[in-house]
Amino acid sequence: MSFQNLTIQQIRKKLIAGELTSVALTRACLERIQATNHQLNTFITVCEKEALAAAEAADEQLAAGNAALLTGLPIALKDIFNTLNVRTTCGSKLLDNYISPYDATAVQRLREQGAVIVGKLNMDEFAMGSSNENSAAGAVRNPWNSDHVPGGSSGGSAAAVAAGQVVATLGTDTGGSIRQPASHCGVVGLKPTYGRVSRYGVIAYASSLDQVGPLARNVEDCATMLGVVAGYDPADSTSVDCPVPDYLENLAAGVSGKKIGLPKEYFIDGLDAAVKQAITAAIETYRQLGAEIVDVSLPHTDYSVASYYLIATAEASSNLARYDGVRFGVRKDEGAGLISMYQQTRAAGFGDEVKRRIMLGTYALSSGYYDAYYLKAQKVRTLIRQDFLEAFEKVDLLLTPVAPTPAFKLGEMINDPLQMYLSDIFTIPANLAGTCAISLPCGFSQEGLPIGLQLIGQPFAEADLLQAAYAFEQATDWGGRSPELS
Amino acid sequence: MNSRYEVVIGLEVHVQLTTKTKIFCGCSTRFGQAPNSQTCPVCLGLPGALPVLNHKVVDYAIKAGLATNCQIAPHSIFARKNYFYPDLPKGYQISQFELPICERGWLDIELEGSEKKRIGITRIHMEEDAGKLLHADGQSSSVDLNRACTPLLEVVSEPDMRTADEAIAYLKQLHQIVVYLGICDGNLEEGSFRCDANVSIRPWGQKELGTRAELKNLNSFRFIKQAIEYEVERQAELLDDGGKVVQETRLFDADKGVSRSMRGKEEAHDYRYFPDPDLLPLKVSEDWIDQVRSTLPELPQAKLQRYQQEFGLPAYDAGVLSAEKPVAEYFETLVALHDQPKICSNWVMSEVLGALKDKGIDIVDCPVTPAMLAGILKRIADSTISGKIAKQVFDGIWSTGKSADQIIEEQGLKQVTDTGAIEAIVNEVIAANPGQFEELKGGKDKLMGFFVGQVMKASKGKANPEMVNQLLKKKLSA
Repeated sequence: MSFQNLTIQQIRKKLIAGELTSVALTRACLERIQATNHQLNTFITVCEKEALAAAEAADEQLAAGNAALLTGLPIALKDIFNTLNVRTTCGSKLLDNYISPYDATAVQRLREQGAVIVGKLNMDEFAMGSSNENSAAGAVRNPWNSDHVPGGSSGGSAAAVAAGQVVATLGTDTGGSIRQPASHCGVVGLKPTYGRVSRYGVIAYASSLDQVGPLARNVEDCATMLGVVAGYDPADSTSVDCPVPDYLENLAAGVSGKKIGLPKEYFIDGLDAAVKQAITAAIETYRQLGAEIVDVSLPHTDYSVASYYLIATAEASSNLARYDGVRFGVRKDEGAGLISMYQQTRAAGFGDEVKRRIMLGTYALSSGYYDAYYLKAQKVRTLIRQDFLEAFEKVDLLLTPVAPTPAFKLGEMINDPLQMYLSDIFTIPANLAGTCAISLPCGFSQEGLPIGLQLIGQPFAEADLLQAAYAFEQATDWGGRSPELS
Repeated sequence: MNSRYEVVIGLEVHVQLTTKTKIFCGCSTRFGQAPNSQTCPVCLGLPGALPVLNHKVVDYAIKAGLATNCQIAPHSIFARKNYFYPDLPKGYQISQFELPICERGWLDIELEGSEKKRIGITRIHMEEDAGKLLHADGQSSSVDLNRACTPLLEVVSEPDMRTADEAIAYLKQLHQIVVYLGICDGNLEEGSFRCDANVSIRPWGQKELGTRAELKNLNSFRFIKQAIEYEVERQAELLDDGGKVVQETRLFDADKGVSRSMRGKEEAHDYRYFPDPDLLPLKVSEDWIDQVRSTLPELPQAKLQRYQQEFGLPAYDAGVLSAEKPVAEYFETLVALHDQPKICSNWVMSEVLGALKDKGIDIVDCPVTPAMLAGILKRIADSTISGKIAKQVFDGIWSTGKSADQIIEEQGLKQVTDTGAIEAIVNEVIAANPGQFEELKGGKDKLMGFFVGQVMKASKGKANPEMVNQLLKKKLSA
């Protein structure tokens, strides 16, 4: 059974009409995962028993006429979300044995709307990475070409959607971790405004930048998923008490009369030719759809990668201190005392990239260096946010590439972390500014790898962003394509 | 105390707050529960859990700030203090660093025989406590995180104290204030009020401060004084011998009365403080401050003044009665019912506090309520009973819970004021002691007391002593 050409709303109608059961749909997903996971390595944990039980319960709800927004829909979660009584590893060896005693708020909201959680998705360890190669569970393969990475850190979340393993997934985005893999895998990924979705129960990488968002096959499904998980949560002091609109309501409003800005700093030399061509064509499409295209400048863009890698790593160095082997996780202890237990646990439990970022961040916060690094980075961040606010006085949206190149090959960049960091150059600024952005398919390279388009919206203007993305999706046929898996 | 050097002392006090729930989660702060039973993902520091500020803690911090003459910051920031220890679940403590909630306060202390002295308070900030390590078998250690995330205020003084006695006077006053405010139970032994002392010395006249040592593990006022005096002596001996004081943290051993080095400057942690991104900057409005101000009780220093001015009490009485809030409340209730402050003060200080101390009872549980005591004082005032009988009535109320009038009635304690009846007893006593009476008549005045005593005894204390005196004098001049 294939659901790949249907939206969540269409599947929902079939479920409600009794043309389809959640059990059948869930089984189809489980079979698809079974058939393709060895090739893609998207799932760290598959919750077959729990998923089928939830599907049966959903079918009872459907039969009783009590369908909630996602009743019976098989979805999967990046393994960064705490999931009650389910292994939650965050892609780390250190949490290999960790069974969470609670649900993240976003997970709870999905459950309340009847979603069936099929499993936990592969990711770069502690969300640190742009290729999904930094996972204790092994690298994820790009469904379009298994020699290539799916992007990261939500690589499993993007690849699973592209491969039709589930209807939709949740990921997290700290510097592009939803948008970049969505772009590399040819799906739609939305990073909401900071504070739009609760971070409670989401394992922290960089607290002031992390944000939860959906990945799905189309814009409408992203809108549906966002509507479920968005909203104020008293358990997250940084979530914002701002009403959640119905994102589906005016999805087809179009972009006629909208002003779309092209930040000149994003159209640089070194942009891959295929990417450049696809973006240029996308700009033309928007012009034809009635949008006004305006040149703008975000002058502090150049400093965004540097300030990001100071702020994010500083926060990470502190956030990851709790993985000390004392209360949970994999403890390594040869009985040589407390300090030795800490050292062995963390040396064995963390991968290279995590260690690298902890060291960077520790250094940035150290006495004598704090002002020069962390504090200065925060000041730059303020300037970058200012850039965006000023640009949004002139335009409604910004249009940029998601990544400078399509998905690179496995192993191609793993030994050049700096080059890897630079691949996040177009996605990082929206995190620093705390605003919302979406990645959607806008073309393919000659090798058949997807290319993504990024739209950046004003804070809490996810509805505008989704409308503009929907207009493009309807006007082109780049979205919704499925890779052929051997 | 050593007089060769000037002593400089600054104090850091951790005040454990008595809010019902923890500072960043909804868990109970109750003590004495099974280990780790008062915990949740937040205070266990589980992956993904986030802190949410308990606003009651802010109320308490504002109270403490107002009571110690601090400026309350309209904008303050929570910061992470990073270090590894098994009792610290997140690997960092949420505290305040650059922008604390209260700054620039002071307390005036007064030592006997010297002028009032102002001790500056640098800052007061909010933070979470750590858990407790349990070393049961000597082989392994366990962690109890019930105390983790319970709220603390850290009160940091200026280095304004020059003697251990000044330090104790400051601490006692601070202690009195937080207990009065009802924000801390004040128990030093159990660690509800913990003090670290920074001590340095310098040659008289020298401007710059000497190198300081930080003293820890001081859990009684006596130990604090001992530890400071020991430290001053230790540093003075070092300097006398041409040595140098090194900056270090020292742990006081109360059993031996000495301190030993815990860690030196080079082992000092780099805490890598930075603003906690999980918590928003705290905004405190003028309205919020005003609302807390309106709940402030009259503080002990103000009561001390008022008892002297308004009630005309001696400084000593005013000090005893205002030292503890429940005692002050008892006294003030009593005065409201019986408007003779000095008499009330005498009774509270001697009878009430004495009996409570004997029986080991708290004043809030005193079986003789202020109203009952006022009933006794009224009967002394109208001469129904003597002061001596009144003490018997007090005991009667204590053990039975009956009113003064009931006890007087039941036990027949009403003072005899019938001249005839008293005269008859006087005559009996004179008849029984003819020799002494002659001596008294002959001018041996000392015997007057003997005769009064005999008459009182014969009347079982009920005779009005003044009338006994008058009647005896009449007999002498007869």
